[in-house]
Amino acid sequence: MKYLMLVCVDPDHVPADDDGAPTIDEWFARVKENHVIGSRTRPGADATTVRVRDRQVLLTDGPYAETKDLMAGFDVIDCADLDEAVAIASQHPMAHHGVIELRPFWPFDQD
Amino acid sequence: MIRFTGGDWNLAEECAQDAFAQALRKWPADGVPDQPLAWLTTTARRRAIDLIRREALEAAKLPEVAMTEPAPYPDDGDIPDERLELMFTCCHPALNLEAQVALILRCLAGLSTAEIARAFLLPEKTMGQRLFRAKQRIRNAGIPFRVPPVHLLPERLPAVLHVLYLLFNEGYTDPAKARLCAEAIRVARVLAALMPDEPEALGLLALMVLHDARRAARRDPAGDPVTLTDQDRTLWDRPSIDEGAALCERALRRGRAGPFQVQAAIAACHATAPTAAETDWAQIVALYDHLARLEPSPVVELNRAVAVSMASGPAEALPLVVALSETGRLDDYHLLHATLADLLRRTGRHAEAVESYRRALALAPTEAERRFLAARLP
Repeated sequence: MKYLMLVCVDPDHVPADDDGAPTIDEWFARVKENHVIGSRTRPGADATTVRVRDRQVLLTDGPYAETKDLMAGFDVIDCADLDEAVAIASQHPMAHHGVIELRPFWPFDQD
Repeated sequence: MIRFTGGDWNLAEECAQDAFAQALRKWPADGVPDQPLAWLTTTARRRAIDLIRREALEAAKLPEVAMTEPAPYPDDGDIPDERLELMFTCCHPALNLEAQVALILRCLAGLSTAEIARAFLLPEKTMGQRLFRAKQRIRNAGIPFRVPPVHLLPERLPAVLHVLYLLFNEGYTDPAKARLCAEAIRVARVLAALMPDEPEALGLLALMVLHDARRAARRDPAGDPVTLTDQDRTLWDRPSIDEGAALCERALRRGRAGPFQVQAAIAACHATAPTAAETDWAQIVALYDHLARLEPSPVVELNRAVAVSMASGPAEALPLVVALSETGRLDDYHLLHATLADLLRRTGRHAEAVESYRRALALAPTEAERRFLAARLP
């Protein structure tokens, strides 16, 4: 089962000096088998939003309001179940410094 | 069944119902099979394979069908484990507490949606939607159907025990929902039998059995609660008390006393005392000390202070409750003010007692409790 890991900053959380967070290299080493793709992403200032309204492509300079300043990156992981996905997400450094949202994939052949 | 259908709850439920329907048709004519449960399971599984096959044909996924040939079902030996898997799936931390409780009642206690709705005073439609969403979530979020691996057990078991105790209390505080107590005890028995190395599972079972043993004495004929001191002890269920006390002792012998075991030990002290005055209050104070270390909470402190007042007199207990009330943490809790009022009255400080009774009266959540407190005002 595939999950999208939305890696976000948490504006309300100030990490402690030593919060036991692994490094990103440690995380990659741990999830090699489950990792499909992933990257950090440029900040909202570099984002472009795309809408098509009345057949017109409308572009906005900057992020969609809902994800402004929150999304820092993403990963796609392939896991047996939610327990494994949680185990992987909780070892990501940003689970310690920020917050990670797990979204299960919804293939088109499933209801 | 749920594991068998690859986590498809609706399919599992449909197939189980189908198997029961077949049993109703066939058993009266052919006689009940030697192993009825195994028969039902096998029948339900065959039906599931038929349905999965049909779906697979539609989706042109024939290779998968070859993998799902029915294995002969040996005996019903693994059914208890399946219940436990169900229990842990229902209490998965990715489900909210309301969903956990509703699922346990539906899938483990076997209550109908209408019965669960009644127990929680909700419209049947609302409860039906809640159950449907919870089952969808288990499937869609990929919540596994299994007893968690050993390294996750210590963090998962407390949630399971917590939900069971919540269920019990729901039935304990409201006579209209009394059936929930029996269901919670029944599920706890399964859990304790399946996890004999977990003394807290045994401790919770002991605690609920001991509380339930006092059921008949807890309310007067008008339905008002009767305090422990005033209860008619001849109405207590002696065999249940003996069972609960024995369970508690068995759990404590493992030498890993958790909060449920300590609470069970306190309940056992009360339940085995011939009268309120002859209760081993010193022992109860010691147990509350232990509980406060395991699970510090102002409510535990308050209960400990009540035990101190019984063991050593109101003058000893009063400063403890005064200190507790000065923290302000139980300001909205009527029993804090009622306890304070009682101790003030018993130490001759009547004017202050009246003031505390008034505060307790204003906060008391039920009519019966308000009557009880009002009777103590001049």
